[in-house]
Amino acid sequence: MAYSYKLIEAKTLGSTAASITFNSIPQTYTDLNVLCSIRGSTNGDGIYVQFNGNTSSYSVRQLFGDGSSVASNTPGQTNYGTIGYTTTVTSNTFGNLSIYVPNYTSSNNKSYSADSVQEANQTQAYMNLVAGLWSNSSAITSLTIACQVGNLETNSTFYLYGIKSS
Amino acid sequence: MAAGMTYFPIATNTLGSATSSVTFSSISGSYTDLSIVINSGSTASGQDIRCRFNSDTGSNYSFTYLTGNGSAASSNRATSQTFMPLDYNGYLSGSIATTTIINCMNYSNSTTYKTILGRFSTTAFGTDAAVGLWRSTSAITSIEFLTSASTFLAGSTFTLYGIAAA
Repeated sequence: MAYSYKLIEAKTLGSTAASITFNSIPQTYTDLNVLCSIRGSTNGDGIYVQFNGNTSSYSVRQLFGDGSSVASNTPGQTNYGTIGYTTTVTSNTFGNLSIYVPNYTSSNNKSYSADSVQEANQTQAYMNLVAGLWSNSSAITSLTIACQVGNLETNSTFYLYGIKSS
Repeated sequence: MAAGMTYFPIATNTLGSATSSVTFSSISGSYTDLSIVINSGSTASGQDIRCRFNSDTGSNYSFTYLTGNGSAASSNRATSQTFMPLDYNGYLSGSIATTTIINCMNYSNSTTYKTILGRFSTTAFGTDAAVGLWRSTSAITSIEFLTSASTFLAGSTFTLYGIAAA
């Protein structure tokens, strides 16, 4: 019986970084799943994804709650796909983020789903559910995660998994 | 099953032509949970994606959503349905750009009603998180996916994974 969920690469930040990139992603899986533990240097900063270093053709609709209200919006940025937000109000606190990309090697546009939480035992927290689309037919060979304003903090972790459907 | 391996592809279906329904049948009861990943579209944009378990067409399904369409957030529910509606704003679009991830817990027991957790995302319409209930104590042995008024696009993919606790 085939084992279908395999770690491709893991990254742990030993120092702050503007971004992390998984390069040379094998084309032998069906789907990708990135699981992250993230802290940003700037409170309320957006976390985003880019594929293949491309800076166009992203669209997002998101549903989010901040602990007191729930809302939905359509971020206008097309140069990256928003996938979550950071909170720095409590030290040593990291948020969780999952990005799922089905059929990442197909010639269709690439849709993805992202879920993230940033709980801080404070009045400010974020929970985001994202529908994302990269309107590009290229197979995904690299994936970058970054903050819009600040940096990714030391000890943030990023695990890229490949999932096979057969 | 090799020790330590917990996530297995049971079956996958890539549609060679537009198809009105997709069924996974003869599902083994040897796993703990099921996970289904669908990357799909429909021949008519804006259609629901639905499912039925064990070919049950009785009014035994209910569903509660948290949903965002890109401008507003809301929660809705449907009870005593003859199918399990799998989206509210995460509709199928006219291209293969909808990501659907469904987790079905403890699917093979013969004591409890069956529940699912779902995430449905398309930038054409929005994103949903949902819980569903099938009021049957039968073990799930088949799952049928269908759309409200059209067919799934050729190239849509449906993959069923089994998750083993040990």
